[in-house]
Amino acid sequence: MFLLFFILFFLLDSRFTQQELPACKPMLTTGWVISIFMAVGVLFIPLGACALNSSKKVVEIVDQYETVCIPSAGTKEARVQYIQDISTAKACTRQLLVTKNMAKPIYVYYELHNFFQNHRRYVKSRSDQQLLYGNASESSMANCDPQRLIAGKPIVPCGLIAWSLFNDTYSFKLNSVALVINRKGIAWDSDRKDKFGGSVYPSNFPNNYPAATNGSIIGGASLDPNTPLNANEDLIVWMRTAALPVFRKLWGKIERDLYAGDLITVDINNVYNVYSFHGKKKLVLATTSWLGGKNHFLGIAYLVVGGLSIAMAMVFVGIQIKCPRPLGDPSYLSWNKNKGRDLNTSPSATGVHFEVCGTFMFLEVKALCS
Amino acid sequence: MAEIKEDEEDARPPRISRDSSNKEKNSGRCVYINEGDRYPDLYCNNRVSNTKYNLWNFLPKNLWEQFGRFMNKYFLLIAILQLWPLITPVNPASTWGPLLLIFSVSACKEAWDDYNRYKLDKQANERMVWVVKKGVKTRIQAQDIHVGDIVWLREKDEVPCDMILLGSSDPQGVCYIETSTIDGETDLKTRVVPSPCIGLNSELLHKIKGIIECGYPDRDIRRFDANLRLFPPFIDTDYFPITVNNTLLQSCFIRNTEWACGVAVYTGNETKLGMSRGLPSPKLTAVDAMIDKLTGAIFVFQVVVVIILGFAGNAWKSTEADKLWYVHYPKAAPWYEFIVIPLRFELLCSIMIPISIKVSLDLAKSMYAKFIDWDLHMYDEKTDTPAVATNTAISEDLGQIEYILTDKTGTLTENLMVFKKCCIKGSCYGDSTRDAVKDPALLRALNENDPEVLKFLTVMAVCNTVVPSRSPNGSISYKAQSQDEEALVSAASHLRVVLLNKAANCVEVSVLGAVLEFDILDVLEFTSDRKKMSVIVRERQTGELKLLTKGADEAIFSSVHNDQQVRRVAEIVDQYSQMGLRTLCLAWRDIREEEYHDWSRKFKEASSSIVDREWKIAEVCVLMERNLELLGATAIEDKLQDGVAETIESLRDAGINFWMLTGDKQLTAAQIALSCNFVLPEPQGQLLYVQGATQSDVGASLERVLRTMQISSTEHKYQDVAFVIDGLALEFALKYYRQLFAELASLCRTAICCRVTPSQKAQLVHLVKSWEFRTLAIGDGGNDVRMIQEAHVGVGISGREGLQAARAADYSLAKFRFLKRLILVHGRYSYNRSAFLSQYSIYKSLVLCFIQIFFSFVSGISGTSLFNSFSLMAYNVLYTSVPVMASVLDKDIDEKTVLQHPQILKYCQAGRLLNPSTFAGWFGRALFHGAVVFLITMHVYVNEKSEMEEVSLVALSGCIWLQAFVVALETSSFTTIQHIAIGGNLVAFYIFNLVASTVKWGGMYTIMFRICSQRAYWLTMLLIVGAGIGPIAALKFFRFFYRPSLINILQYRERRARVTEANATSSSNAASATSSGSTSSSQRAAQDEESSSVYQPLLLSTKDRTKRQ
Repeated sequence: MFLLFFILFFLLDSRFTQQELPACKPMLTTGWVISIFMAVGVLFIPLGACALNSSKKVVEIVDQYETVCIPSAGTKEARVQYIQDISTAKACTRQLLVTKNMAKPIYVYYELHNFFQNHRRYVKSRSDQQLLYGNASESSMANCDPQRLIAGKPIVPCGLIAWSLFNDTYSFKLNSVALVINRKGIAWDSDRKDKFGGSVYPSNFPNNYPAATNGSIIGGASLDPNTPLNANEDLIVWMRTAALPVFRKLWGKIERDLYAGDLITVDINNVYNVYSFHGKKKLVLATTSWLGGKNHFLGIAYLVVGGLSIAMAMVFVGIQIKCPRPLGDPSYLSWNKNKGRDLNTSPSATGVHFEVCGTFMFLEVKALCS
Repeated sequence: MAEIKEDEEDARPPRISRDSSNKEKNSGRCVYINEGDRYPDLYCNNRVSNTKYNLWNFLPKNLWEQFGRFMNKYFLLIAILQLWPLITPVNPASTWGPLLLIFSVSACKEAWDDYNRYKLDKQANERMVWVVKKGVKTRIQAQDIHVGDIVWLREKDEVPCDMILLGSSDPQGVCYIETSTIDGETDLKTRVVPSPCIGLNSELLHKIKGIIECGYPDRDIRRFDANLRLFPPFIDTDYFPITVNNTLLQSCFIRNTEWACGVAVYTGNETKLGMSRGLPSPKLTAVDAMIDKLTGAIFVFQVVVVIILGFAGNAWKSTEADKLWYVHYPKAAPWYEFIVIPLRFELLCSIMIPISIKVSLDLAKSMYAKFIDWDLHMYDEKTDTPAVATNTAISEDLGQIEYILTDKTGTLTENLMVFKKCCIKGSCYGDSTRDAVKDPALLRALNENDPEVLKFLTVMAVCNTVVPSRSPNGSISYKAQSQDEEALVSAASHLRVVLLNKAANCVEVSVLGAVLEFDILDVLEFTSDRKKMSVIVRERQTGELKLLTKGADEAIFSSVHNDQQVRRVAEIVDQYSQMGLRTLCLAWRDIREEEYHDWSRKFKEASSSIVDREWKIAEVCVLMERNLELLGATAIEDKLQDGVAETIESLRDAGINFWMLTGDKQLTAAQIALSCNFVLPEPQGQLLYVQGATQSDVGASLERVLRTMQISSTEHKYQDVAFVIDGLALEFALKYYRQLFAELASLCRTAICCRVTPSQKAQLVHLVKSWEFRTLAIGDGGNDVRMIQEAHVGVGISGREGLQAARAADYSLAKFRFLKRLILVHGRYSYNRSAFLSQYSIYKSLVLCFIQIFFSFVSGISGTSLFNSFSLMAYNVLYTSVPVMASVLDKDIDEKTVLQHPQILKYCQAGRLLNPSTFAGWFGRALFHGAVVFLITMHVYVNEKSEMEEVSLVALSGCIWLQAFVVALETSSFTTIQHIAIGGNLVAFYIFNLVASTVKWGGMYTIMFRICSQRAYWLTMLLIVGAGIGPIAALKFFRFFYRPSLINILQYRERRARVTEANATSSSNAASATSSGSTSSSQRAAQDEESSSVYQPLLLSTKDRTKRQ
């Protein structure tokens, strides 16, 4: 809109109608170009170093447990069989050694691999209206299929996402003393307040009646029918779907420092089925930096781009020294070269001279680089 | 093309077939005078309707028209597919919204135009007119006039339908009309009451009965063939022939005549004007065609992607997806399951062809047209005429013109005729210093009452269609349809042979003070085929019958008896032509009484024939126009317009080939061609003549010329070769030697075609077009209209010959010299801008599309959309449309530089800025940028940060940042508007998204606030810009410095010149301030000046250099 206003303003300006608005026409010189590339390099390399450094300072303890936590029965089918058998206890104990001091807060994540939360069928399978208000229109729930109705009554919360809620649980001991994990405040405040209803209680939720599944696929966690949805932070975290098939979800926070040499014992209730699709499950304890979690990518990428930029500047310097080119020399204008050439034959032949010239230049540059 | 053919048939009808076909279909309609109610239903009433639609058919008809275009069909298909929720990745509103908007905007525009037409029609239809019904004069609405009604008109009234004049206030039965609304000619024309009706008073006219036979309605406003027969008690004549001179055509105005009445013969939309109405079919520019081609290619690419991804998706689903228990695929799939995933990808990829490209191009085009309208450099102060772009859609084509076909008279010349020289019976009057009218020798001869001179001057004064009108103070002014005639009559009156008065059949001429009266018996009118006109007069005093003739030399020479004279006059005429003068020969002969009677009967017969009248008359005329006595020749000068030579020179430098198509003589045309730089003079240039009067002659001549041409082009003997061909030879060449002619035409840059008819002009344009060259036709008169309409771009000069050409044209200019600016500045900029705009529009959508495609590989090839509906819709409509629109102000190089180096236009002609390979560059860039955004986003936003909504917005803002930089990189000149558009757009993006993030129920709730507070987000943006723009900038800079295009070189020069200028002034300022002056700065300035002086002469062509110094 404001642009329209400006255009109207300019319409009254004769310089606009005559296309004579004062224009800034930046002039490219090799000097400028070299300085720009240098400047980019000079800016990017320290930034990259800084980012890399802070990422390196992040301490992470990662424990992959999906294979070690089940009997080593080989085939996939056996594993699926095992995990789907609700009668067997699936407790599993893991020991994690803290190798470096970790400052609080230390975040506890579970990490899933090969889990497509971004699958088209999956990502839409929810009803935001229902999550906030409890009952929802047909159209809003249409995407929830096949987890929409049971015996004609709507499932609350409906949809594949809620149904497949991750349900492994962990209990931590630090040097054999129970370690308190803060499980509150792991979901986004905005979600708790404005996206999930405080008076919406799970009802008719299939996972709450595992016996009724009758051999069809079992979902994930059950939901306490007496806890409103916005109090179930695990659900809220889970329902923020991940964009990649590898993702971490916050499970809790450790509100104390850990020191190198500390031994953490985790009792895992390993019930979530990732065996059908060769998924992985990991437990992660990690600190953060100003850039977030441990991720060298940003730092390295900055270093690479900065480095290339300086290299490019050098290439330009090199070319400029080796074959300085008086740009704007009008003798390069082809029509000054051979005036009166018959132009009828092929207008596209205008640039022939340049093509030749340019190829020479190109070869030279190649020689320069090698 | 079909239309052209049909027209040609009209112009030169095959006689025999016409006759036979006409017998079958009778001869058209019979109109019973004063019996308007006789056939109320046979003919339509006088309701004029120019509207395209009515209330009921508007919607279906308009939609049908809009869906005629491939792109619109595509958009509709996509929108319909999106209604299927199973496959749509986004809310259907994201497509339906913009689609409906676009369709309703163009529908509204159409409706508004149509409504305006309706209003005008209504105004015309409801105008009150006096009509005689059943012998009683009543006042009715114009739309209720029926064929056969007698309509009464007063002075200044507009004629409501095509009528045949029956009576007028003038006792001689003359009625003056102005026809500017039909043919743009502003002079008054005379119309006469058919002789049986002359003298009828208004009472009789109320009761008049009769029958008029006329042909079916057609659109030829210059021909009206009908017969009139009055019933008793009125003089029961034989059929009396009616010509266009007896008619009042719809939309003319009655002038200088108190009242007139006539019988309605054609009404409503069946009038001559109504038939020739009709909206011209839209022209498609080369840029449009290329865009269509590229869009087609993109569509193919899209289909390939869809098929591949669809296959992969289905494969992945059958092997992997079943294992993903949480996706919960139903066991039994419906039969159409296999097409679901491909269709999903089709929808995901549908934005590859963005709707916005159409909108932004249309907007940009109307902007170009406005710039043309506004341009003060193309405004002629003398006539207060600005340049007008009537067709707003084809400005890009101006930049790609390869051939200009131009008319001569009035286009290159002023069309301001001055009588310069004459030759009377072998003696020449007038020389380089004096016009003939001031030549003492002629004045002396006049004083001596030299009979030959008097004969000559009498023919000049009488043999014409000029209307003298006496102003109250007694001075006489002449109104003429032809400028030549006016010049002749004025010259005669200067020599005291004054045309005093012209009533219907009588001419008064004062010859040296003595008034002579002539009865005009017949006028053998001028046609472009006969190339001469004659009048048969009877001198009142002596009763002698005379035939006075004037015409083109070869037309006269062939019918002259005294060969001795002919040779001498032919020589002189040649001399005159070589001086670029327009020549006419005058002749006369005495006619014997019985010969006249004999002939007169034949003439009447021919004139009253309804079929092929023109041709039959011409045949009869030959019988009379023979055995003439040649009196001499006149030479009239038509001055060249200002700046014609320079304009043609620089346009030729720009690689544009010129063809001159003129009705003038060969020599005159060649002379004008030389004087306006069409061809270089003799040592460098050469004119080759294609001549011949028979098929074989022309063939031989063509071959000879072609051989010469081939030799000279291999030997580089001449820089410039042009061929000259006349109308007759052209006729043969086009009919029998098309191939040879095409070869010849492709070899030389210039052609001069003289003595060509309007339809030949159009044919030539069509021919050049058929060799796939972009053509521009420029002309000023009614005879250029067909050529103008046929060419890719038609330019009309709004000059003295009326506005007919200017109206039919796409652009109208006041002067020929503005053509240079129109093409070099406006055409070139428009092409450049559209080339950027269209490719960029596709590029930006491709970027988004590639990200979606990449994302599908990490989302199980299931067709998930990374972006939400709002972002997808807003991306094309809001986020990226504004900066790209600002590019309509971009100028790669200054106007001045372009005008100095017209050669740069060759870049546009060759389509260097928009072709498959440049587009491949943009495609590659889109792929690269898509990859950069996707990879960086997906690597930074991993693990706990990998949240769909956040990632989506990060990727989107990455694209927006890249867009800002890409537009900036491709812009050459930044005005305030560009700064605002590029910078402001980025700010606006954040504002939009921050606002969208406050909407609780939206998917984006809080997301933008959340990511804006992350330092990682801003680092990601910087990285995306660095990684995305760096390589592209490096490549661009490398090209700029080491493989510069011609444009780059000029850009660099232009900018460096400015910098040195600025340096020079600043350093000289510094020098004066410090009085002594720092040596270093003045030295540098001196160096700069030196270096620039070294470059300067090289840059400028030799001619400019001399001008500079």
